[in-house]
Amino acid sequence: MRSAAPRPAESSVGSVAGGLPGAWIDESIAARTSLENAIILSNVSRTFGRVRALDAITLAIPRGAATALMGPNGAGKTTLLKLCATLLIPSAGELRVNGSNPVQDGAAVRSHTALLGHDSHLYGDLSAEENLLFTARLHGIPDAREKISDALGRIGLRAVARRSVRTFSRGMQQRCALARVLLQRPALLLLDEPATGLDVAARDILYEIVHELRRDGTTVLVTTHDVGECLAICDSAVILAEGRVAWHGPVSAGDRDVLERRLRSAAAKDS
Amino acid sequence: MFALLWKDLVIELRTKETLASLFLLGTLLLLVLSFAFDPTHPMREQSAPGVLWVAIIFSGTSAINRSLLRERENDCLSGLLLAPIDRGTIFFAKTAVNLILLLTAELFLIPLFIFFFNLPFVSTVVRLAVVAPLATLGFAAIGTLFAAISLRTRAREIMLPLLMLPLATPLFLAAVEITRDLMSGANYAQVSHWFKLIVAFDVVFLVVGWLTFEYAVAE
Repeated sequence: MRSAAPRPAESSVGSVAGGLPGAWIDESIAARTSLENAIILSNVSRTFGRVRALDAITLAIPRGAATALMGPNGAGKTTLLKLCATLLIPSAGELRVNGSNPVQDGAAVRSHTALLGHDSHLYGDLSAEENLLFTARLHGIPDAREKISDALGRIGLRAVARRSVRTFSRGMQQRCALARVLLQRPALLLLDEPATGLDVAARDILYEIVHELRRDGTTVLVTTHDVGECLAICDSAVILAEGRVAWHGPVSAGDRDVLERRLRSAAAKDS
Repeated sequence: MFALLWKDLVIELRTKETLASLFLLGTLLLLVLSFAFDPTHPMREQSAPGVLWVAIIFSGTSAINRSLLRERENDCLSGLLLAPIDRGTIFFAKTAVNLILLLTAELFLIPLFIFFFNLPFVSTVVRLAVVAPLATLGFAAIGTLFAAISLRTRAREIMLPLLMLPLATPLFLAAVEITRDLMSGANYAQVSHWFKLIVAFDVVFLVVGWLTFEYAVAE
């Protein structure tokens, strides 16, 4: 079990990201901060043709923290998440995830990372159990069948474990994808609007699992438009606008109005 | 690699989509093309190898495309790319699955080809026993690589043949030449230069596929 991580306010990273937005982090700082931070972006840009999705972002996400990526549509939230998951590579700048460079050592990054997004990444012609078994084999998870049974029981799908995923509703597929996260128990959990398509009960299970993983030291980075979801899961937020960090700081239950105001301001800037 | 093979083969055994399309399209092509040639014409045996390889190429191209398109459902491709393995391994696994499916189809198509062209069964099978697997390996490798490249393109269904067939022409020319020469009574030494071409093609596209697959599937 990993040790619990400090809250962002206690971390030195807050000063890096909050105090020096857009600042350059040199190698020695990167080496030191990689022990404290799960994710370090140093002047990271990503372009798609002529479109600049991320523009020289410098940001650090502390180990064990839960951080929300918020902002208007097209602000670069999913792009940032995909960079951390090694599904994209930066066009410029340096990125470190759990101390590894995703461009040079992608497999090392992926071995500790799980992504739960809009798409379930499940094969419709395999059963829920087989999909999880496939994940377990890819990740070399020992005692897979026992853990799969536990994970499916936890998210309420044990009774349909042998049914083809194609017959599942979208909510059931999302639950099954959640079971995969539970099976992997990653050091870094990336959530891309995870509550989409989930009913209230499944959303509660999602939040419960995220909190449980955090107690084990998992770092969580979640993109969301929902301030309530941000406050339910996260202890810090990053607001992106036009591919840049518009605001980064700690959040708590009483910050709803402030956060919504900041989001409206970022959306106005973006448009 | 075993997990990737297991997953694709289980899905294929369950759905039989790829094998069914391989058998049906291959059989249809063999049947139509065998009828196109006059059974009493002396050139019929000369043209037979071309008919066999045309049936394998066209039915196989569609099957290889299908094996990669399957990964688009629920964005399973991203799921695969999130696996903590070298992405070249995914290329090898996909190539191996395509090779297994193509060879399985050939086990069915070659006897049909022999039947339609009234060829001696044992000697034809023996002559095809080396060239068919070697050429099919190169076909599976180049097909898998270009199916991955065309996966994120808009006209992905037609991009694979458009991109792959011009580059695969030396492979298919060599396969047709070897098949025809062996069926005309030549020995292996007489067609060794064509074999060298096929082996070189296989090695080049296995290595190129392994090295470039990561970029081929990148967004």
